[in-house]
Amino acid sequence: MLTHQDVEKLAKLTQLALSDTALAEHLQALNQTTSLLSPIKNIATTTIEPLISPLEINQRLRADVVSETNQRDRYQSLAPAVENGLYLVPKVLD
Amino acid sequence: MQHKTMAQLAQALTNKEFSARELTEYYLQRIKQHDPALNCFVTVTAEQALQQAEQADARRAAGESTPLLGIPLAHQDLFCTQEVRTSCGSKMLDNFVAPYNAQLIEQLNQAGAVSLGKLNMDEFSMGCSGQTSFYGACNNPWDNSRIVGGAASGSAAAVAAGLAAASTAMDSGGDIRLPAAFNGLTGLKPTYGRVSRWGMTAYASSFDQAGFLTRTAEDSALLLNVCAGFDERDSTSAQEAVPDYSSTLKQPLTGLRIGIARALFNGDLNSHIGEAVLASAEQLQQLGATLVDIELPHAEHAVAIATIIGTAEASTNMSRFDGVRFGYRCENPRDLADLYQRSRSEGLGELVQRRTLLGAYYLSAEQYQDYYVQAQRIRRLVKQDYMEAFKQVDLILSPTSADLPRAVNATVDANADFLTQRYTVAANLAGLPALSLPVGLLEQLPVGAQLIAPHFHEARLLNAAHQYQQATDWHTRTPAGF
Repeated sequence: MLTHQDVEKLAKLTQLALSDTALAEHLQALNQTTSLLSPIKNIATTTIEPLISPLEINQRLRADVVSETNQRDRYQSLAPAVENGLYLVPKVLD
Repeated sequence: MQHKTMAQLAQALTNKEFSARELTEYYLQRIKQHDPALNCFVTVTAEQALQQAEQADARRAAGESTPLLGIPLAHQDLFCTQEVRTSCGSKMLDNFVAPYNAQLIEQLNQAGAVSLGKLNMDEFSMGCSGQTSFYGACNNPWDNSRIVGGAASGSAAAVAAGLAAASTAMDSGGDIRLPAAFNGLTGLKPTYGRVSRWGMTAYASSFDQAGFLTRTAEDSALLLNVCAGFDERDSTSAQEAVPDYSSTLKQPLTGLRIGIARALFNGDLNSHIGEAVLASAEQLQQLGATLVDIELPHAEHAVAIATIIGTAEASTNMSRFDGVRFGYRCENPRDLADLYQRSRSEGLGELVQRRTLLGAYYLSAEQYQDYYVQAQRIRRLVKQDYMEAFKQVDLILSPTSADLPRAVNATVDANADFLTQRYTVAANLAGLPALSLPVGLLEQLPVGAQLIAPHFHEARLLNAAHQYQQATDWHTRTPAGF
């Protein structure tokens, strides 16, 4: 069972600011879903290799050469705040 | 007219019964008339659609006559479209206009298809109801007291109501097949890697596959002919030869072996749906197929492991929404932490936040082995079950959904949407192609059956579904009033 503290920690890890009400609702739902999963813990799998991707194709390699053009201005036009080619955020260091 | 198949519309365009512009105007008028009640579209691109239609007419006048030329489609609002907003049904991306087209959009544009607009969906593909979008619920044209299904809610409702000839969508666990079943449509999820994922906003990257909702298997073949194939920009794209999916539709089913896992016709399966699916098996048998009993011993765990791996991957994918590079940013952030946290909390809906938390839990150091790695091991067992079954059979038949779509106002627990994918999610776990097709009506609502094929055997799926649709008329039923 997850606790209130567990969900607080998860919210911190996932950068979510949750009200106490939201946190309590999520806690209940997370426990409900996690209880649905308990039967899988009893399946013997120690000799089974985890399956990471359904087709198990090796990742392709390509030559180590530049293949993209500089599109900084185009991409930064989507950002909430930019200046001189930099993304702006609140001050991190004084 | 509005319920003609793409193939019929292409023939009519070739016969000069109407122009692509007239056809597009007709659909735009229908959207204007019916979409306020249904809420299928997040964005209607009327001006662009008419331009594309005129270009298609010009290409046709110059002698071109390809199957998609001038056919009005609409796209789920998670395929990136240059100059048109791609919202993923989320406040987070309410202002997001991608700087490029998804590969699938590019392929359909080049084939001369017309895009009517972008379709509503469950936020970031989370949910099976069509009710979690920032832009409001998409309504079921068959019965507005029931959910339309999702995540590709608008993609299903728009085609069922005759607001587009066909639609594109993403399937991560049943998101195409379930709303297809609920709306009397043919829904195709191709093999993982068959259609490029480039420019398709991810839910769970090892599950997601682009596909289509159409009136017939014949129309699905036309779309797959254009969209299947290798794309070097998608690192999981398959380098497999692409057949002409239309050329094998007419093959007789003689000798086709269809597997049925009868043990899965149990539990909360609505018995009338089970009967309709078994009746479709008999129909396929009359068309020459042989029915074979099979076993899929780990199928019952598919929902549990998909919940773990799917939310884990989704949680990771959601981390890109940080309020810095694109998307929603909160007002007056106090500091960087506040910027991240409030942008995400205000920009993401409740279900998205919940699944982000869930996925982070299964990936956390304390739970990683017990949940995430264990689920990946069982994922291999699920896949092996199918590989074993396909040594005996060519296709596997099951229900698409255990029940009719639930009431809009039904009280459901946190697991309802996961469990809705009971019959569909295993195909995503194993990367297999699967298709839902209409096989009956129950309480005046469509019932779907699902066919699953071995990897890269979409042609076999489409052939069986097409032959079934030549012998039956369930796929021609349409909702009253549309």
